[in-house]
Amino acid sequence: MLEVAGLTAGYGAVRALDGVDLAVEEGSLTAVLGANGAGKTTLLRTVSGLLRPRAGRIALDGRDLARLPVEEIVRLGVAHVPQSGGVITELTVEENLRLGGLYRRDRRALARRVAQMYELFPPLEPRRSRAAATLSGGERQMLALARALTGAPRLLLVDEPSLGLAPRVVARLMAVLRRLCDEDGRTVLLVEQNARSALSVADRAVVLDLGTVVADEPAGVLAADSRLRHAYLGF
Amino acid sequence: MVRFVNLTLAGITQGAVFAAVALALVLIWRATRVVNFAQGGMLMFTTFLAWTVVHDGGSYWLALGVALASGLVIGAVAERVLVRPVEGGPPLNAVIVTLGLYVLLQAAAGMIWGDTPHSYPPAFTIKGLSAGGTRLLLSPFDLFVIGAVALVMAALTVLFVRTGLGLKLRAAAFAPEIARLQGVRVGRMLTLGWALAALVGSLAGVLIAPSVFVGPSQFDAMLVFGFTAAVIGGLDSPAGAVAGGLLLGCALSYVSGYISSDLVTFGALAALITVLMVRPNGLFAARTGRRV
Repeated sequence: MLEVAGLTAGYGAVRALDGVDLAVEEGSLTAVLGANGAGKTTLLRTVSGLLRPRAGRIALDGRDLARLPVEEIVRLGVAHVPQSGGVITELTVEENLRLGGLYRRDRRALARRVAQMYELFPPLEPRRSRAAATLSGGERQMLALARALTGAPRLLLVDEPSLGLAPRVVARLMAVLRRLCDEDGRTVLLVEQNARSALSVADRAVVLDLGTVVADEPAGVLAADSRLRHAYLGF
Repeated sequence: MVRFVNLTLAGITQGAVFAAVALALVLIWRATRVVNFAQGGMLMFTTFLAWTVVHDGGSYWLALGVALASGLVIGAVAERVLVRPVEGGPPLNAVIVTLGLYVLLQAAAGMIWGDTPHSYPPAFTIKGLSAGGTRLLLSPFDLFVIGAVALVMAALTVLFVRTGLGLKLRAAAFAPEIARLQGVRVGRMLTLGWALAALVGSLAGVLIAPSVFVGPSQFDAMLVFGFTAAVIGGLDSPAGAVAGGLLLGCALSYVSGYISSDLVTFGALAALITVLMVRPNGLFAARTGRRV
């Protein structure tokens, strides 16, 4: 579904990605792992259009994304949940949710999906008319994920959802991501530093180091490879 | 007591116009973090266009419509053509561009319409109403001024709070990158924000025109008072802009009535300094949300 080939990108003199190849299959959960500064976030920002690639190809179902602006990539069904969620703290929980699906211009479908999100993330419902600034870190992460889902994306890019959250909350979020693939047929590209949690739900895992791919294996194989785990994943 | 009531009424009318100018500044500040120094020039120019309509025999209402419509256009064009290219540069660049636009508009108005101020008719009589035999400092036209500003505020509130477009406008202003990730076409929202702001400014221009007359420099004080009102209310808060405008209008009316009309500008400065000392972010600045 998503194909990345020879992708090179960076900021100023820094080359954060250097010839990255990656393929994400429809309906699968792919984890991108690696240490701080490995280029994981840059990869997501380049796929969603926030950052222009310097070289290489990004294709969604064969369609080139590399020259499209963010707003158009969203319309092709790619939702990006940035690091620490990026909920808009000045807006209410409900406003944040609606914002994620507004571009589809279908009011009734939007109302239905917002209602579904309250079912999927029950803690959000009692807070629907409160400012998102009042939410805890875990609730913000839920809201960010729910907001992305109100647009009914086909491909979901999630950046470090576990950051700063308690292990129990992380486990719940990971389970939700897994269900999105299994039950709704969505495709997830998950960037994580918390390799153990990510590998527990991923189908496939890609390990980045200093902007290049050092491993691309089924998640089970990678989890069993102690040499790779010690070298790049820290467990 | 009658004097106090009268000064308050006059203050509210004045304040409604200040509030409109302040709101125009706040809308642009919120959306693009630019203090639009061209606002005075923009509303001067659109009021001149309205004056041309009236002068050529058009009705008051047609002229008002022309002012509002041309405000929308000037605001949108200013954002697209002048402010957009300097976006992302140092903030000072945008400020200088708006100052340049102000100078341009003032010079153009002088060339087209001349430097002599022209009178502008009010929509209704400016003869004061009376209550129980007492003549009030409140005319039917004053009521129209207050009503028109209130109506526009209400319409903007509904737009921003109740509609999807308003939600997109706010999202684009609060967090442009996040808004783009939700599919909001942020560029369009900023253009629309400027257009709406200029529309509100144009309304203020037409409403104040009967008392200040229409000339290239006649509206300069409006920017000063509008800016003062916006800062008093907190530059980030539309509700604050309205409250700041009304407060400033009343304060200046009391200064003018109880002390001396020569001290009005000084009173504005004193009010500004006092508020900035006590509440540096303005009276209505939103509590900044925790960012995690």
